[in-house]
Amino acid sequence: MKVLLMYADKDFDHESELPPNHQDLASDLGLDTVWNQMAQGDGFVREVARHATLEMLNDPAEIGYRQDILRDCLNHASVVRELYGIAVEAMEREKREYFGLFSHSPTTILRRSLKVMQIFVELLKKLKRISVAHSRLFVSAGFNRFFAMIDEDLGEEYFAHVEHQLQELQFRHGIRISAQLGKGNKGVHYVLHKSRQESRSWFQRLTQKAEPGYTIVIAERDDAGFRALAELQDQGTNLVANALAQAVDHVLGFFVRMRTEVAFYMGCINLRDELVRKGTSICFPEALSPSPRHFTCRGLYDVSLALNLAAPITGNTVHGDGKNLVLITGANQGGKSTFLRSVGLSQLMMQCGMFVPAEEYRASVCYGVFTHYRREEDASMTHGKLDEELHRMSQLADRLRMHSLVLFNESFAATNEREGSEIARQIIDALLEQQVTVFFVTHAYTLARGYYDRRLDSQLFLRAERKQDGTRTFKLIEGEPLETSYGEDLYREIFESAVPGEWAGLKKANNKG
Amino acid sequence: MSLFSILYPENYDRPASDPLQAPEFFSDLNLDQITQAITDRKASYHLNSVFYTPLNEVDPVRYRQEIMRDLENPELAGVFRSFAQSMRAMRERLAQLDKMYYPYQQKAWFLDAVELYGDAVVKLLQDLTSCQFTARGLALFQQYLDGYVGSDSFRALRSDTHRMKQELARVRYSLRIKGNRVDVRPYHEEPDYSQEVRQTFEKFSQGAVKSYLVRFPQGPDMNQLEGRILERVAQLFPDVFGNVDRYCVNHADYMDETLAVFDREIQFYLATLEFIEPLKQAGLPFCYPHLSSSRKAVSVQEAFDLALASKLTQEQASVVCNDVLLKDSERILVVTGPNQGGKTTFSRMVGQLHYLARLGCPVPGHSARLFLCDKILTHFEKEENTASLRGKLQDDLIRIKDIMSEATGDSLIILNEIFTSTSLKDASFLSYKILQQILERDALCVWVTFIDELASFNDKTVSVVGSVVPEQPALRTYKLVRKPADGLAYALAIAEKHRVTYRWLKERII
Repeated sequence: MKVLLMYADKDFDHESELPPNHQDLASDLGLDTVWNQMAQGDGFVREVARHATLEMLNDPAEIGYRQDILRDCLNHASVVRELYGIAVEAMEREKREYFGLFSHSPTTILRRSLKVMQIFVELLKKLKRISVAHSRLFVSAGFNRFFAMIDEDLGEEYFAHVEHQLQELQFRHGIRISAQLGKGNKGVHYVLHKSRQESRSWFQRLTQKAEPGYTIVIAERDDAGFRALAELQDQGTNLVANALAQAVDHVLGFFVRMRTEVAFYMGCINLRDELVRKGTSICFPEALSPSPRHFTCRGLYDVSLALNLAAPITGNTVHGDGKNLVLITGANQGGKSTFLRSVGLSQLMMQCGMFVPAEEYRASVCYGVFTHYRREEDASMTHGKLDEELHRMSQLADRLRMHSLVLFNESFAATNEREGSEIARQIIDALLEQQVTVFFVTHAYTLARGYYDRRLDSQLFLRAERKQDGTRTFKLIEGEPLETSYGEDLYREIFESAVPGEWAGLKKANNKG
Repeated sequence: MSLFSILYPENYDRPASDPLQAPEFFSDLNLDQITQAITDRKASYHLNSVFYTPLNEVDPVRYRQEIMRDLENPELAGVFRSFAQSMRAMRERLAQLDKMYYPYQQKAWFLDAVELYGDAVVKLLQDLTSCQFTARGLALFQQYLDGYVGSDSFRALRSDTHRMKQELARVRYSLRIKGNRVDVRPYHEEPDYSQEVRQTFEKFSQGAVKSYLVRFPQGPDMNQLEGRILERVAQLFPDVFGNVDRYCVNHADYMDETLAVFDREIQFYLATLEFIEPLKQAGLPFCYPHLSSSRKAVSVQEAFDLALASKLTQEQASVVCNDVLLKDSERILVVTGPNQGGKTTFSRMVGQLHYLARLGCPVPGHSARLFLCDKILTHFEKEENTASLRGKLQDDLIRIKDIMSEATGDSLIILNEIFTSTSLKDASFLSYKILQQILERDALCVWVTFIDELASFNDKTVSVVGSVVPEQPALRTYKLVRKPADGLAYALAIAEKHRVTYRWLKERII
């Protein structure tokens, strides 16, 4: 019984290996905020959400499969919560049935397995009832298959058969086993056989020749004898106990898979609820093949910043179709980093089948999202700063491929502008030629100007907006790079602001986001 | 006719009984350590006596050297190791058998032991046939083994064993357990119920899950219930178990004596090679010495004290090698030099070389020509024996007298710092007396002494001196070279290093 709510054709493995840069991604893009919101305190949901986000689907069809299921989930959240609840209950009640500390004998394993299996049967019946009651409401291919499977595999007849077998396994009438002679003529290969009803009538018993056989009776006070008998019984039930215990694990496995795959959608429901509460908009993105390059959005905002701020935030509108280089320049504290983050975040959200924080979003899938942000000074002092940045760049280079997306944030600024620009230029040129998409936030005028002067259609220049009076709108507008980043504004704000607290608050939110 | 032996060639006059005591000089030369290190790993074979019994002719030494050389081929050594392993397993089974209570349990273990034995013997011959070797001893052994495996009695043993195992393996019975009753019945083909359970939940199955099979102790013991069931099973299958009874009577003495002896004796070679293997790995040279019973010239390149080297190699420390040379009429190596400079080690090394050579073992060194001496006689300085009423000098003299009365012209005498408990003048006098006696006998000798003059006594004495690095006299090289004894007081240098010279102590003790 497969769940197949994450992929049409395979299980979702929330323990598979993540891309090596996943920690950089998480911290650079502020993913923790998103995951925490999805989890709502459920660590398991968080782990699944984390994994799904970082794993990234590259096939628009796979993305569509999840989007359809997610639409069902958003429309019938209460049913989804019930499904999740059943899986959680199965796992928790299973865990409560201890094996016992010391006596791992087939007898105790069998007894425990019987008990757990009875719980499972009860929950499977519950699952069946939900399916009967609600399956018609669901329209996605994933849920249709799922409910059809429940319907077919968990019929009345099947439940009856299972319950009968669980009865038999109590062995109220003793056991029948066969054996062979092993090393030293000790009995081995004990195999248990179904207890046979005594089918012979009294007449047959009288007339048929009796089978040869010998009976051993353990004397009443022979403790050693009874212990030996118990051990023999254990050996006899070993295979059956194992089979049932493994069956328990298999059924448990089904519940675990169900929990895992539903967990992702639980997280999406939670996030949706919060964003709706905040009054920000979400939409299902249109995922397109990587080539030709598409990137067009309206009202794209940084979801982690939105979650951290009380007030609704402004989104950006970008027409980036056909652009493989987006250079972002402009005022300090003008929303450049926020925009860069929103690009990375929404790309990851789209590529795990989620909705995105925008009014409209249409983009090509990327084969991997990578970040190259300025880092704190290396504490171990093994690398100089530029050395460290180039070292990380070299690590990235090991992993980049065609149609990857790289987000640079003020990279290669740890040297003078001319040299830094030249390094950056060489890197960017190489990436573009290898069909890697580049978003680059920089203050390096020489760098930005250089590209601007090329006047290529495949480039887009965005600038943080600054009004004449120095206030920021936190919006990006298309425009040529300027020679100043208005650092003076910032200086003034910090040193001359009457209410420094306000500034500090904003700064905090930005860092978090 | 005596049995074939892999240790002694045919017609060799081997000692009637195995010696239980190590020769007297064993501990002086640290040969006790070496022997223990070699034999400990094969304790059950009681190989010590082999190491206590040196060979006294050149040809038997070659007989062993040939075998040892062949066994340096790991493939061939592996053949005998795996045979030994099987034989050990067989003996373990036989040992188990004695502790058992139920006759048909014992008989099953006996059957197992015989099967192991038969398989091991056949495999040994097969493996041996596919190996290359040149030693006389091994060729003779192969010949013997070939004859044995082809013999009617061995063939019968094998086929009986095989048939018996098959018959027992076919026995199947069924048990019904209810309350305190166990019914033992014949078996009828029936499905395994666990499969049915598996099938019921098949639809949930996805990939492997962990096993919940409980491992029951597979010890040889049988409890009373098992024993009683076995008795009933024997009653259910009277033909099979009757055959078992007959088999055990017919094959009670299945083990071939020559093979039993061989199994032990081959361990001498394997154990020795296993012992020197890590030293070889560490880059230390070993060789098969050329032995002569007539020429007393001795020449070994880059030898070392095997006991010390074994210890140093374990500690991953480096080992210093030294040459030994006695040419033409030279007979006595007079060793002088700094304290802690390796003099005693050198004298031990010469003794070990001569002894190991007589065992047929490889010896430390790149190449070695050695004299097959008839005896090795040693006197190393000992702790004063307080129980003895005699003084130390007296003890020394008595011991030397014993040595001189035993020594022949073919003996090797090793003296280490004797006559220390008397004046230099006395010691010189006594030493000259002894030196003359040794020279008269024309025996070989290594003499560690502080009396430099002994070294230049005549053309039969050779001076060997511990060397130093000129710039750092306190640094010990443990290298001993042939050169005149120069009497330098190296002890001062060591004192300087430890800041206990006059000047230092004046300064330090205020």
